[in-house]
Amino acid sequence: MQMDLRTVAIKPLRQTFDHVARRLGADKPASRYQEGTLDLQMETNFHYRPLWAPEFEIFDKRRTAIVMADWYAFKDPRQFYYGTYTLARAKLQETAEGDFQFVEERGLAELLPDELRQLAMEMLLPLRHVAWGSNMNNCTMSDYGYGTAITQPCLYQAMDQLGIAQYISRLGLLLGEPEDLDAAKAAWLQAPEWQGLRRYVEDTLVLQDWFELFVAQNLVLDGLLYPLVYEHFDRFLACRGGPTLSMLTRFQNEWFAESSRWVDSCIKVAAGESAANRERLEAWCGHWLERAQEALTPLAARVFTDGAGEVMAEILEQFRQRLTKAGVGGGQ
Amino acid sequence: MDMKASKKKLGLKERYAHLTRGLDWETSYQKMDDVFPFDKFEGIKIHDWDKWEDPFRLTMDAYWKYQAEKERKLYAIIDAFQQNNGHLGITDARYVNALKLFITGISPLEYMAHRGFTHVGRHFRGVGPRVACQMQAIDEIRHSQTQIHSMSNYNRHYNGMHDFKNMIEKVWYLSVPRSFFDDAVTAGPFEFMIAIGFSFEYVLTNLLFVPFISGAAFNGDMGATTFGFSAQSDEARHMTLGLECIKFMLEQDPDNLPIVQKWIDKWTWRGVRVLSLVGMMMDYMLPKRVMSWQEAWEIYFEQNGGALFKDLARYGITIPKCVEQVTKDKEHISHQVWSTFYQYGGVAAFHTWMPSDEEMDWLSAKYPNTFDKYYRPRFTYWREQEAQGKRFYNNSLPMLCQTCQIPLVFTEPDDPTKIAYRESDYQGEKYHFCSDGCKEIFDNEPEKYVQAWLPVHQIYQGHCFKPDVDPTAPGFDPLAAVLDWYNLVDGQDNKDFNGSEDQRNFAAWRGMATRND
Amino acid sequence: MSTVFLALQTNDDTRPLIEAILADNPQAVLREEPAMVKIDAEGSLVVRRSSIEAILGRPFDLQELQINLISLSGHVDETDDEFTLSWAH
Repeated sequence: MQMDLRTVAIKPLRQTFDHVARRLGADKPASRYQEGTLDLQMETNFHYRPLWAPEFEIFDKRRTAIVMADWYAFKDPRQFYYGTYTLARAKLQETAEGDFQFVEERGLAELLPDELRQLAMEMLLPLRHVAWGSNMNNCTMSDYGYGTAITQPCLYQAMDQLGIAQYISRLGLLLGEPEDLDAAKAAWLQAPEWQGLRRYVEDTLVLQDWFELFVAQNLVLDGLLYPLVYEHFDRFLACRGGPTLSMLTRFQNEWFAESSRWVDSCIKVAAGESAANRERLEAWCGHWLERAQEALTPLAARVFTDGAGEVMAEILEQFRQRLTKAGVGGGQ
Repeated sequence: MDMKASKKKLGLKERYAHLTRGLDWETSYQKMDDVFPFDKFEGIKIHDWDKWEDPFRLTMDAYWKYQAEKERKLYAIIDAFQQNNGHLGITDARYVNALKLFITGISPLEYMAHRGFTHVGRHFRGVGPRVACQMQAIDEIRHSQTQIHSMSNYNRHYNGMHDFKNMIEKVWYLSVPRSFFDDAVTAGPFEFMIAIGFSFEYVLTNLLFVPFISGAAFNGDMGATTFGFSAQSDEARHMTLGLECIKFMLEQDPDNLPIVQKWIDKWTWRGVRVLSLVGMMMDYMLPKRVMSWQEAWEIYFEQNGGALFKDLARYGITIPKCVEQVTKDKEHISHQVWSTFYQYGGVAAFHTWMPSDEEMDWLSAKYPNTFDKYYRPRFTYWREQEAQGKRFYNNSLPMLCQTCQIPLVFTEPDDPTKIAYRESDYQGEKYHFCSDGCKEIFDNEPEKYVQAWLPVHQIYQGHCFKPDVDPTAPGFDPLAAVLDWYNLVDGQDNKDFNGSEDQRNFAAWRGMATRND
Repeated sequence: MSTVFLALQTNDDTRPLIEAILADNPQAVLREEPAMVKIDAEGSLVVRRSSIEAILGRPFDLQELQINLISLSGHVDETDDEFTLSWAH
């Protein structure tokens, strides 16, 4: 029996799942992002209360002060579901792998002036702990958050931050020795210039409102830290020692440009929902922006000495523009 | 300084330790107990989190690389399968009903596993288990999505899958898998790991994915085969995590043993009850069969699970209490579940049917002690009834077990002619159970299980109708109103496979493919 | 002695792996099932990088196993050169 299945023209009974069609407003073909995201999280008829938080349902909108009529109003502009996410990251990691190998094989780290290499390690290696804090915080958001549209990218963000912590560690092993990672941890725990940042990170680790945590971590802290380290400090190092260190931090740089688009879109949606949300976001931004500035200023001073004020002012100015675009007027 | 000379190449273990361990620190601006508020209340004692042995030392860069490779392969096959109308190459459209049960009952659990592992991946104090749990958390969303994407094309052509998300929250039999996972994620983090990481992943999921998915391959479904095996490749990591976790807990403090043993007993039984659905899928829903449920049970539970428990005996762990009963039940369970769904086929979102003569012969060969004696006569009678135009549908509402939420249909372990009933009193109310195992689970934690959203109770209480429905209206048909609330389309999604739209469409489409005009 | 096992998808990538595993583990038993193989072995089973590389003719990272692995049982020990499954008892 000859069977040529390809030539059969069949009219399907429907185009997508009902819960997706209801959201699209019609039964029409849906993307893999949509079918893999929309309404995936359970919303009703939970069987038991969590033993560890009996005042809440398993997934509960009351875990944040932000109020949304529809938690699927959030969309990831990158349209990441697991498949597109891992493919995008595999591409970034392939470049990073190539860069690390290039530096290693050519012995480029040895060509760096000693003083510059020491400064790079001093400023970059403790940041593996900051990334680890962000990994935990984004897990919290994915855990306590509501609706797959926002909890899904939070977990991707958490894994990205684990990757960043590991890339920084790898940079440490390339520029120095395992002992340098220990020294960086000691600095993180004790050196005065790191204490403001460590306090910021630890204070966010116990935040209970997951959307406030989103603001404190993904919007404000990353929003100042990444430009400071991966733009300004990077340029400082490149001017003095060539592009080697930029190659070893390229992942962070490209990643930040990409993930900020998602962060901004979430803020924009939440702020656009209601005046109450906007005011809440502005208050959070104001509070955490002041704290982040305090935490980062000593680090900027360590590198830029007298020029630190100017660098911080420039970063803040850019950040405020970002906020304004996202519909939040905080931190003025 | 000559850097090259001082550098030695780091081995996998050392390198992983430097890259991952040591990322955490003892917080001092906030108390550690506030940062990790949930890892003590269950009474599990951990003295040194650094004793955790990482089973797989995957850094994120390697993770992205290999997982992207898997995804590339998987979606290439899904695309090809869809473009070539691969669904018409399956043995027989009855097979699709197994997928309906899969997408409504299993894929949403993968999602719950994703959220559950995110929770424990945040809240364990040690870096090692935290990272391993986070990787599992992201793998689990992969599983739910690859399953949805693989079955998306089946949904376009067959009934019963169209509103799976709505159904898992409402439909009576889907509360069985749903409540299983709700139970696990509402437990503390260590119990969750024993429930899902150990009992479910290590002891039980092989039964679902290995023989069942191999069966999908046998039935021509390369789409399901690929997502199944591709998911299993992550499962190898997950199983190892589950095993590492239990060893870690047992090695940390002897006081942990009785707690862990109680959880193993509880969750093995909970898992066995949920898997009775898989037993039915293997014995009745795969038109071409690879092995019987009993055979799969013997290989993957008795043989492999046996080796595992022998290994854990050095810590004082004993084989789960339920094994004696399960060993008796394995010859009955799939037949009893299929009988139940056949009778309640009017309120299920997949089709049921009576096996053919040839299939009954296969069942008697595989189940020589039980099939002909207890089940063939009943099935033959139902077949005769159907031939006379009197296909049997049970329109009553069954009583459900308060713990596993399966209707009380299973028989006494030592008397296959007698339905097992157990009951407990709690705060002046009577609660009913299908087994000693389920009663004991309830008795240990009644304050949890009284909360259960039991579908049949909810129907009686009038919570399972659409808001605009008036149950006092003349001629009100409660059953139809419930189906409407489920969004289960009567005459399309439910009832017998014979005469179904699926059956007609599949025959017509295959006809188009085999004719030469 | 208890049995450990490794299950792999059957495809072009795994053929050399299966060949290497069977050569390195004379006690191993191969079971072929639709779209997969299951390799059972008494006590322990070792996968050697060098054996796979000899057959493949290219460098092989043992973590590549992840791509086609379906299931396993036993304690895992993984180094750069060997991937071992075993039961202690």
